[in-house]
Amino acid sequence: MGWLRRQRYLLDFILASLLRRKGKNLGLLLVYSLIVFMLASVMLFTHALKREMGLVLQASPEIILQRIEAGRHALIPEDYLQKIGRLRGVTARKGRLWGYFYDPAVRANYTLMVAPERRLADSEVIIGSAIARTRGIGPGDYLTFRAHDGEAYSFRVRELLASDTELFSADLVLMSERAFRISQGVTEGWYTDIVLSVSNPLELEKIAEKLTLRLPDTRPILREEILRTYDAIFSWRQGILFVLLLGAILAFVIFAWDKASGLSAEERREIGILKAVGWETGDVLRMKFWEGAILSLMAFLLGYLLAYLHVFHASASLFEPVLKGWAVLYPAFRLTPVIDGLQVATLFFFSVFPYVVATIIPIWQVSVTDPDAVMR
Amino acid sequence: MLLNPAIMALILVSGVVLSMLLLAAGFAIQLLRHWDISSGSERQLRLERRTYLISTLLAWAFAAELVSLLLFVYNAEAMSGQFVGAMCATGVLNVNAWGWPTLLLKIAIFFSGASWLILNALDNRGYDYPLVRLKYRLLLLIVPLVAVESGLQLRYFLELRPDVITSCCGSLFSANARGVAGEVAALSPALAVWGLAMSGVLVLAAGLRFQRTRRGGPLFGLLALLAFGIALAAIVSVISPYIYAHPEHHCPFCILKSGHGFAGYLLYIPLFAATAWALGVAVVAPWRHIPSLDAAVADGASRLVRRSLGMFLLFYLAAGWFVYSSPLVMQGVWW
Repeated sequence: MGWLRRQRYLLDFILASLLRRKGKNLGLLLVYSLIVFMLASVMLFTHALKREMGLVLQASPEIILQRIEAGRHALIPEDYLQKIGRLRGVTARKGRLWGYFYDPAVRANYTLMVAPERRLADSEVIIGSAIARTRGIGPGDYLTFRAHDGEAYSFRVRELLASDTELFSADLVLMSERAFRISQGVTEGWYTDIVLSVSNPLELEKIAEKLTLRLPDTRPILREEILRTYDAIFSWRQGILFVLLLGAILAFVIFAWDKASGLSAEERREIGILKAVGWETGDVLRMKFWEGAILSLMAFLLGYLLAYLHVFHASASLFEPVLKGWAVLYPAFRLTPVIDGLQVATLFFFSVFPYVVATIIPIWQVSVTDPDAVMR
Repeated sequence: MLLNPAIMALILVSGVVLSMLLLAAGFAIQLLRHWDISSGSERQLRLERRTYLISTLLAWAFAAELVSLLLFVYNAEAMSGQFVGAMCATGVLNVNAWGWPTLLLKIAIFFSGASWLILNALDNRGYDYPLVRLKYRLLLLIVPLVAVESGLQLRYFLELRPDVITSCCGSLFSANARGVAGEVAALSPALAVWGLAMSGVLVLAAGLRFQRTRRGGPLFGLLALLAFGIALAAIVSVISPYIYAHPEHHCPFCILKSGHGFAGYLLYIPLFAATAWALGVAVVAPWRHIPSLDAAVADGASRLVRRSLGMFLLFYLAAGWFVYSSPLVMQGVWW
């Protein structure tokens, strides 16, 4: 109990002394919070994006099979579906039709896709909400495409895609198979790729191996691989931003060092008096430690809170283009907040730890000064 | 693989901690050569002042090592999505030969750091710093440990290559491609349970004996280390499967996740704290005969042994509770 009371009095004293030097400490707090804010924004944003990707991809097919021609993705003939034959573990297989379409009117690429399960008439489409926003159209309006042969085709917008999947469906146009084949010039008997469903994840790799043996000119892409790649890429992008921010952290370290070592004559006298009235070196060190801890905690909370607001309520407007990739049709979406120990510990090492390391030596130098040396 | 924030943080920390320790080691050598408590020379005064700096530096360095141990495990967990076959942290540590050694060294550094800090705190309570030479000699032994750990960790991260999509995915499925092992080898459950019970009884008895008679401090520390090792083995082979309610799932890291009620923290925090305090007893107890430390040893050792025993008890109760309350029943299979 005695120890606790001692720390409480010490804290009391330090808070009062921090408040006495408002300007200096506020400046430090501001810079400190800014560093935490930047790092935490990057972190919260990428983690939330990663999670979103994972959730969305959960619904995608386990294996995508693409044909490769001269090292490039090419259309896959329909009879490959038969050539695959019976593979133990594959529960469903079907050909998909999709492609891109450049719309000069809004200078953006759409993703066209055939969605048989939506039972669209040949003159109907379903569009993503970003397209609707940019072109200013809604259900019942018409969307006109210039087809591959130069003809113009008009489609009636039947409905808009739900906005909760907007991260992926922003630029999506769903149409019927016939409309797709006619407007994009993909002849009967060809698909863009083939998708296979596999219920046991342990069998995926064996099935992929069999596929490459049976159809040597194809490449199978596993959902796990896509997830792995996204995971690595997001970590990598985050890492790049952190490297760029290292300069800022270094500047902050120098700033903190400077603040801690450049004590004013008044502060020096204060420490001299404290030592003269009986404080030991250890007490002064402890006081300075608490001072740093209070500042760090405040800066950490403030920075983290601001970053949270920035990412989850302002869509991370500062870092969005770098972390998300860039496109003309920006999806507008709300991310689900994710906070975990990994983030907090990493953030701690990028902000609090450098601060502590930078201030240890100056603090020690201050605390060992002799009272008579400063009061003389 | 270095451009991952958590990895960058870990490498940064081990670099900074290593340089802090090297600084301290340089000072330790100076001190071992010139320390003379009876002298009032300027050099002696400077050395005495320096000891404050070194204590503070080391306290922070070892605290940072502790957080980096946590971060290392969290990071391994988070990266499990990037390797074929790795389902959790275990798989990521298995990716190359350096993962487990790094983790074990981090644990070793935690314990040596904790013991050193306890010894340091004891020494600072004696007006004539009676253990100062011993303390700095021990410090010189810890430095290589940290250096090796930094090297191993760097090597581990440099050799991590995540399995991402390349332009030709087919290469991943060639005949000799294989994922990493996702599991750890486990002791036989019956043996582990017996070991856990025996080591528990022994360590608690040794602690109580020390509490009563003030004898056998080092023995208590030694038994605690043994109990720590056996407890880790038992967590892998028995306690984790009971927590997962799955006889074949042995991962010692997944119990830290929310899906299992963060059960791991209730096991690891008491276990690590108990062992660290028991080691503290072992380093504090032998110095009772030094007059200037007499009171500090009596006071400190009894406090340490009480804390350590409390934590060991908490650990064994928690472990017992997890086994007792689990829906998994292995009677007739394991015993």
